[in-house]
Amino acid sequence: MAIVSLREAINQAIDEEMARDESVFLMGEEVANYQGAYKVSQGLLQKWGPKRILDTPIAEAGFAGLGVGAAMVGLRPIVEFMTWNFSLVAYDQIANNAAKMYSMSGGNFHVPIVFRGPGGAAHGLGATHSQSLESIYAHIPGLKVVMPSTCKDAKGLLKTSIRDDNPIVFIESEVMYGDKGEIPDGEYTIPLGVGEVKKTGSDVTIVSWSKVLANVVWKAVDSIQEELNISIEVIDPRTIKPMDYDLIVESVKKTNRLVIVEEGWPFAGIGAQISHEISSRAFDHLDAPVERVTQEDVPLPYAHQLEIRSLPSVEKINAAVKKVLYRD
Amino acid sequence: MNTATAPAPARSTSRLLGLSRDTLMSWYDDMLLVRRFEEKCAQLYGMGQIMGFCHLYNGQEAVSTGAIKGAITPDDYVITAYRDHGQAISKGVDPRKILAELLGKYTGTTKGKGGSMHIFDRAANFLGGHAIVGGHIPIATGVAFAIKYRNEKKVCLCFMGDGATNIGTFHEGLNLAGLWKLPVIFIIENNRYGMGTSVDRASAVNELHKKALAYNIHNEVVDGMDVLEVYKKVKAVVDRAKETYEPALLEIETYRFRGHSMSDPIHGHYRSKDEVERLRKSDPIILFGETLKEEGVAADQDFEESEKRIKRIVEECVEFTENSPEPPIEELWKDVYFERNGA
Repeated sequence: MAIVSLREAINQAIDEEMARDESVFLMGEEVANYQGAYKVSQGLLQKWGPKRILDTPIAEAGFAGLGVGAAMVGLRPIVEFMTWNFSLVAYDQIANNAAKMYSMSGGNFHVPIVFRGPGGAAHGLGATHSQSLESIYAHIPGLKVVMPSTCKDAKGLLKTSIRDDNPIVFIESEVMYGDKGEIPDGEYTIPLGVGEVKKTGSDVTIVSWSKVLANVVWKAVDSIQEELNISIEVIDPRTIKPMDYDLIVESVKKTNRLVIVEEGWPFAGIGAQISHEISSRAFDHLDAPVERVTQEDVPLPYAHQLEIRSLPSVEKINAAVKKVLYRD
Repeated sequence: MNTATAPAPARSTSRLLGLSRDTLMSWYDDMLLVRRFEEKCAQLYGMGQIMGFCHLYNGQEAVSTGAIKGAITPDDYVITAYRDHGQAISKGVDPRKILAELLGKYTGTTKGKGGSMHIFDRAANFLGGHAIVGGHIPIATGVAFAIKYRNEKKVCLCFMGDGATNIGTFHEGLNLAGLWKLPVIFIIENNRYGMGTSVDRASAVNELHKKALAYNIHNEVVDGMDVLEVYKKVKAVVDRAKETYEPALLEIETYRFRGHSMSDPIHGHYRSKDEVERLRKSDPIILFGETLKEEGVAADQDFEESEKRIKRIVEECVEFTENSPEPPIEELWKDVYFERNGA
């Protein structure tokens, strides 16, 4: 086991896959000379040269589409968005050209491409720079959506994503890039679509992922368990699409109570989808309606106290757990 | 002179660019096939057998034939917008499969999943058929990127309408191609109207080729009613791109003889009957036929035989399509995600 930061874990995944396959290349804004806006690609230009590590102009639709074209004829692009917020100007390229190509071409052309970068809120970046966009990508058939919450998962899932033959939306978090964690020594991968029980428990299941799991849920679990004298099970699906519903169903059969914590907005959010699936597959096992903790249904304001009030918090999670236990 | 009985020259005159009679006649056939194929589509659309949107290529045949059948090889790539039947035929996509696709048959180019606007054929290096205006232009740039990445001597021809030159992806795609010197040939088929909006009502610059200047890309204007001129100009930039990876942009001036789509009349609010009648006089197939006659390459009898050959091919397309099954319902859930071992 080695201790690395999240940015190092992602960097290792890219580096190892570039060594493994010459058709893999990385492009995006500031990934080369600048060494990455968040230093994720540090050292890769020096190692792999400008043919495979490419700085792009600020033109997300252009370089995302360029990646789709390169992937159609056999390359394996990794396209970095400085943040997923900027992917919205490339949405047509991802949602139409990448996602639909294999189906619409009747199997003629598939698109092995990874779109990756940080998503979600940071601190005081305002409404356009703080969005959790997983639901609008997971909504589109043809895309897979991956959102790791640990260094180990990030490296293993990114390596699998680069080897996958479909377009992958890989969402990281900029506030986590410096966070450290253990990763296994040597080569390993983690399959897509397989979640993990991060903590076993018996009274309430919490499903959460990415930064809100790493930075908020874990802070809440200990204090809630102590306060309510209960045991919480924590599930990280790791992949948003395909979602590992089976793992959640099994957990709910045991705990009979489910809280879903996500940073995105409530309407047509990922939690709404999970909630439907559980009510459909485990209705008789539920002792309370499924609770969701999400961001408030507003564009995220800049001012600190408004920002933190809008996002999921320890207090909101505490209240949701109490509600499914009828102890509110 | 009646060349039906006289031996045809093995090599033609300089006006015919020294091309062989076989080559020239194969181009004539290609243009005629596109025309007759589209006429059949119009008929089948009118009978309710083709659904959705259907954009016909009548009048623009010299562009696809000169640029694709003439100027590039099977290894080169072609990508285009939604008016895609002509380019697909010129690229060697089986016209029977194209018609089957239009009728939503399982034997179609994409098993009935794409329809008229989304013709694809991996074997022919035909990359679609794209229906979001300008959305395919960065894809073309990416295909050219892959060509250069692998040090191949190929090009990607990227066709688009005049309307596509006003959308952002046109500019982002051209900038990347010019910046990184990628072997993509952008071909604007300027047929004067983006649907019903004329170029001068949509673009601040009427000479669309000048937009390439902003991206340091070589550009020219080409007479799109003259298949030989199209071939000559496209071949020159294709050959150059294969040597130097230099992109180019050609504004090929053409005209569509039918409406924007099957739901649009041939003339209406945005263009007059007089205009259509006047421009139909420069029919690229008739003009090419006259040139071939004047140069002694072909006579009336040759054209009659050509008509018969093409008529038979179109009949075969219809027979093939009529005898083809609908896609089975199980196909609905296939091809959404690529898996290495089946499914």
